[in-house]
Amino acid sequence: MKTFKIGGVHPNDSKISKDCAIEDFPVLERAYLSMAQHLGAPAEPIVQKGDKVKVGQLIAKPSGFVSANIHSSVSGTVAAVEPYADLAGNPVMHVIIDVEGDEWEESIDRTPDVVREIKLSKEEIIKKIQECGIVGLGGASFPTHIKLTPPPGKVAEYLLINGAECEPFLTSDYRLMLEQPEQVLIGAKIMMKALDVTKCRFGVEENKPEAIAKLKTFAAQYPEIEIVPLKKKYPQGGEKQLIEALTGRRVPSMGLPIDAGAVVQNCGTALAVYEAVQKNKPLFEGIVTVTGNCSEQQRNFRLRAGTPIINLLDAIGRIPADAAKIISGGPMMGKAVSNLLAATVKSSSAILMLTEEETKRKPESNCIRCGKCIDACPMGLEPYLLVRYARANMFDELETEKIYDCIECGCCLFSCPAYIPLLDHIRAAKAEVMKIMRSRPKK
Amino acid sequence: MGTIIIPTVVSLSVLGLVLAIVLYLVAQKFKVEEDPRIDDVEAVMPGANCGGCGFAGCRAFAENCVKAGSLDGFFCPVGGNAVMQKVADTLGLQVEEKEPMVAVVRCHGTCDNRETTNIYDGCTSCKVKANLYSGDTGCKYGCLGCGDCVQACKFGAISMNPKTGLPEVDENKCTACGACVKACPKGVIELRNKGKKSMRVFVKCINKDKGAVARKACKVACIGCGKCKTVCPFDAITVENNVAYIDFTKCRLCRKCAEACPTKAIWDVNFPVRVPKAEPKPAAAPAPAAAPAPAPEVKPVETPKNE
Repeated sequence: MKTFKIGGVHPNDSKISKDCAIEDFPVLERAYLSMAQHLGAPAEPIVQKGDKVKVGQLIAKPSGFVSANIHSSVSGTVAAVEPYADLAGNPVMHVIIDVEGDEWEESIDRTPDVVREIKLSKEEIIKKIQECGIVGLGGASFPTHIKLTPPPGKVAEYLLINGAECEPFLTSDYRLMLEQPEQVLIGAKIMMKALDVTKCRFGVEENKPEAIAKLKTFAAQYPEIEIVPLKKKYPQGGEKQLIEALTGRRVPSMGLPIDAGAVVQNCGTALAVYEAVQKNKPLFEGIVTVTGNCSEQQRNFRLRAGTPIINLLDAIGRIPADAAKIISGGPMMGKAVSNLLAATVKSSSAILMLTEEETKRKPESNCIRCGKCIDACPMGLEPYLLVRYARANMFDELETEKIYDCIECGCCLFSCPAYIPLLDHIRAAKAEVMKIMRSRPKK
Repeated sequence: MGTIIIPTVVSLSVLGLVLAIVLYLVAQKFKVEEDPRIDDVEAVMPGANCGGCGFAGCRAFAENCVKAGSLDGFFCPVGGNAVMQKVADTLGLQVEEKEPMVAVVRCHGTCDNRETTNIYDGCTSCKVKANLYSGDTGCKYGCLGCGDCVQACKFGAISMNPKTGLPEVDENKCTACGACVKACPKGVIELRNKGKKSMRVFVKCINKDKGAVARKACKVACIGCGKCKTVCPFDAITVENNVAYIDFTKCRLCRKCAEACPTKAIWDVNFPVRVPKAEPKPAAAPAPAAAPAPAPEVKPVETPKNE
């Protein structure tokens, strides 16, 4: 079975919510739509206080090259356009909407019929994706239309669909592949047309046999799409790891996937692309797993962007008393939520509750040079060395040691027997080094 | 016995002599000409190698001084004016006297003043914490309390006060090298002039939020009301981004601003206790609970005003 070659760890997959079917989460009284729901420059609001908006209406325009449209996820009146604290407590511009009813834009096709025929041309597809504000739903929220437009001189050979979902606890992609497999495959077909590629590989980890079986039955109609079961190993869903697992190629340091002739898209993104191109539906909702060992209920919701996390947790019953940490995303790469009033975004994938026992860090001791972090690092870095340099602010050495290649997967931290907060230090130093590198004049 | 010892001693002595001559000749051949003044300058330096002057160490500072041929822009914060005068004498140059500086912590968000909104359980490093999120209190500008400045200080001048959770600067040990200023990711610490008899007036807050937001997060936040600016007779105060800043080059220590400040965010330290005049002081807001006892005389540690 295929997988990437170097590094990786095997955390317990804890997919306790895998049998919960996707439910529609009710629309709440107020929606808080962040203007920074994607990687890159925040979008600029084009609505004002008092404006009436419908579900799917464009409310913000991109303010730079790497940026994306934002659409309203509810219908109602704009109550305010003001800074509101995000997950980390930092103020970000939000459009706050008082919900009135649930009136959708007429152009959106809300029927459940599967539209198989791809009518639009290559350029039209990319334009449509851009208009609908599709961003990568695998975690980084990179605007999809940019990914589907390879830079001049570079040619894509493969489209790779990421159904690995290697993060423990997360089941949103799994439910999607199980419940809407054909739509996902059509989404992949659309992107193949946009990229002009003939080969598509769809990687799914072996711990999801039902999804693999289901996708394989539907893939019979789409012979160009190959469903590839992958060995269960974290971080299989990392872009560079997935390329290695599915094509055997390695993305060069500092390079983009396109340098290895591949474009990687998440299976959630494939569904969003299908809905945008075939159903004219912009991206304003997504599947969010609400889970945790301490939680009585585990659910998979189809959730509109802009729902405050506290309301989401209230809706499934009270927050468990022993929940000590709430994480947006998975336990490996997710971010701890310091502000429960913060709202979800269109690319939110999970809200995870952990108990103090699960989340508490053990006291740090000295590095014993065992090299476990080096074995675990999927990028072939030397985490212990990076941390030594980071603690001494030796940025030149950090650059020589390619700290910028770090994908912040947390394998080093997971494997360290001395409980050294390796990733914390590396992440902080990486930000510093990237800043220095960006400040240099371009050649 | 003698047949062993004598040849050994002789052969080793000859070997030593030959090698000494070789070493001498090589040393002469590859001799590096160095300005002897560099050694002289280094000799008068404090030898702390802290890097506060902007060079890699005392030796590098000395080399650059000698190379530059003028002392403009050179200053050893550890040795201060005394050392700079010695350096100037050694090199036969002129040096301008500089006012002594001291590191000032511009945050008084103690555990009592600033409510904790979440618990941080990551690693104890301000740099890491600042990179992760806005902090464990409502104020995203203030001190994070992980002690990066304490780690950075090579003179043991900064210590964490466990009661307040804030760093405190020992003025007698602080050399104003600026290492803590660089280490603080939030820019809380500033180098300010030490002032006459160590008396200083400064705004102990850098919260740029609007008044109501700042005040909600911290009881002693600067709310940017501008009252201090209005009362200042020397035009030393600017209010920008909802926070006041006192230009220490203009401040004449009249302390009117400290009296006017409604949140007591402006501190005057090391002032002698005022003899009550005919006009009594306006009723002060409740003083911070964790603050030390009143300051009866000039004290080296910063003490809050009017208690």
